[in-house]
Amino acid sequence: MERIIIESDVLIIGGGTAGCYAAITLGERTDLKVAVVEKADIRRSGCLAAGVNALNAYITKGHQPIDYVRYAAKDAEGIVREDLLLDICERLNHVTEDLESRGLTILKDENGEYVSRGWRNLKINGENIKPILAKEVRCQKNVSVYEHVNVTDLRYESDQVSGAYGFGIGDGIFYEFRAKAVLIATGGAAGMYRPNNPEKDPHQMWYCPFNTGAGYSMGILAGAEMTTFEMRFIALRCKDTIAPTGTIAQGIGAKQINAADEVYEEKYGLTTSERLWGTVSENLAGRGPCYLKTRGIDSAHEEDLYKAYLNMAPLQTLKWIDSEKNPSRYDVEIEGTEPYVTGGHTGSGYWIDRERATTLKGLFAAGDVAGGAPQKYVTGALAEGEIAAEGILRYLKDHGSVEKKSTALSRQAKEKKEEYETYLGQNGIFSAEQLEIRMQKLMDEYAGGIKTSYQYSEAGLKVAEEGIDDLLKEWKQISVTDIDELLAVYELRDRLVVSKVLIHHLRERKETRWHSFQENADHREKDTQYECYINSVYTGEGVRMLRRKLVKAGEE
Amino acid sequence: MGVVIDQNKCIGCGSCMRICPGNLIRTNAEGKAYLKKERDCWSCTSCMKECPVKAIALVLSPEMGGRGAKFVISKKEKKICWTAYRDQEVIREIITDPEESNKY
Ligand code: SF4
Ligand code: SF4
Repeated sequence: MERIIIESDVLIIGGGTAGCYAAITLGERTDLKVAVVEKADIRRSGCLAAGVNALNAYITKGHQPIDYVRYAAKDAEGIVREDLLLDICERLNHVTEDLESRGLTILKDENGEYVSRGWRNLKINGENIKPILAKEVRCQKNVSVYEHVNVTDLRYESDQVSGAYGFGIGDGIFYEFRAKAVLIATGGAAGMYRPNNPEKDPHQMWYCPFNTGAGYSMGILAGAEMTTFEMRFIALRCKDTIAPTGTIAQGIGAKQINAADEVYEEKYGLTTSERLWGTVSENLAGRGPCYLKTRGIDSAHEEDLYKAYLNMAPLQTLKWIDSEKNPSRYDVEIEGTEPYVTGGHTGSGYWIDRERATTLKGLFAAGDVAGGAPQKYVTGALAEGEIAAEGILRYLKDHGSVEKKSTALSRQAKEKKEEYETYLGQNGIFSAEQLEIRMQKLMDEYAGGIKTSYQYSEAGLKVAEEGIDDLLKEWKQISVTDIDELLAVYELRDRLVVSKVLIHHLRERKETRWHSFQENADHREKDTQYECYINSVYTGEGVRMLRRKLVKAGEE
Repeated sequence: MGVVIDQNKCIGCGSCMRICPGNLIRTNAEGKAYLKKERDCWSCTSCMKECPVKAIALVLSPEMGGRGAKFVISKKEKKICWTAYRDQEVIREIITDPEESNKY
């Protein structure tokens, strides 16, 4: 492998929503040298590749940031970092207006006011949200973007994160990034559990399947503290295509009904997890399939729905057309997805402080990879990107000393390069895909996947953990024919590491805090003892669990 | 399944390969694009939006209830025209405009 060393003041790992916005913030406000490293192309990478058609976090007239904090806290049964959420909420409107000024289309009324969907959502055309962000990143003179480079591990010396290692997916070059501060913004993790369309279309999922938990995994392996992984996110989605349902449910006010046409949502409660749990329960009781009641909408509404989905999940529009079962005549069937771990929707992720500093010196986190602040969504990720950028600036004031320049690879870098080289060309018995299928089966059957209607037991978790531990050993003997397979190998490693930590979190919460998201069959009720955060640290030998007291808004 | 690339139309420009968020598209010995990891496509349509010759179509696989229709994209200035075909016949055409917001 050829090798290259890239030096900068700030390294941003991941050019999604949070990473791009942090790069724009640092680009416009400073002349620091910034490097953004991205696995794909920042114009279409990450969750928002296909677009998005609502901003789900915005403070409308008559409401205050604290209202949103209270709402998110209630929806998460109290397990949130109110301090982190409040910081985000105070910036939601400013980042929204800023994004509009950069070219995002937001629906307005005749007086030029935003049209909201409920009290906290705005309607947009976000098909081009990633190209807009990417263009703004590229016009920053002090920001360099390295695309098609897969980062696998953090660089750290004497307890300080000082960069990262990766390889070029097209060119096969070994990259050593050196920086004074690192922002991790790689997104969350999908693909640990057996998905809805497992045979030929495993990636027809809602969350981005290319978000493999790389950011979690490299932090876990370096000893960073993680929080609330057990609050998994399971989405209620359109059958088969796994397209979002909010546009139908909130947009046209369609109710959830069972096969007998009964509205069941009130029976189970209206939090995000209860809506899912209600659907699961109706199916278990033999009253499924369940639907969103769209029958009877007029053709103009139907046409608008087609367009709305084209700007976000085009497969759903194709399904309506191809099946000739249009939503004005047929209700839209819904189902739960496989579980994901993602801090943009739930509290899972790095344990951070208000500067967005992780427990590893020099490492900051923002967006889906950062924990404690559920329901941050797109605008929350933008806000957190900005907060982290400001946090990094303050950090660099005290820790900005220049590292001795050296053109030689460090010892750690040499080891990493040798690791890649050993895998490349390795002839093993199994491929990454085969082991991935095994992992997904284990997680599905023993760690609360679709198969068991999301319930898990301690006995099952034990089987899952033993299986994942075996895979973590077998992973090292995989067949790797080319660079694309090397990428697959590290994606598998990331998912295995996330799965292992997730199992520990699920076991530690001996209650059921959120139906379906964390449905512990051994402990079916909520228990006040668990009004705390469940955190974890990987020590090299195992996963050490710890609990932390809840932080309320306004407390330090 | 997700997208299908028509190699007769492909001119080998490499745009789809660069844009794919999953690094799934590669070129063969003749320089034509192909989906190297068919199972891994997310149907995000980023590749279709980049292709200058409309060589890439979106299809719904039979596993998800697909019955053979496909979407092809053409760009009209900033607007995107989505044409749905069954066999060779156009069954639907929808134009989306980036300046027109979702109404829901
Ligand atoms: S649709 Fe998206 S994921 Fe599939 S090949 Fe095209 S760019 Fe890649
Ligand atoms: S973008 Fe179109 S023409 Fe260019 S390589 Fe891909 S399929 Fe071929």
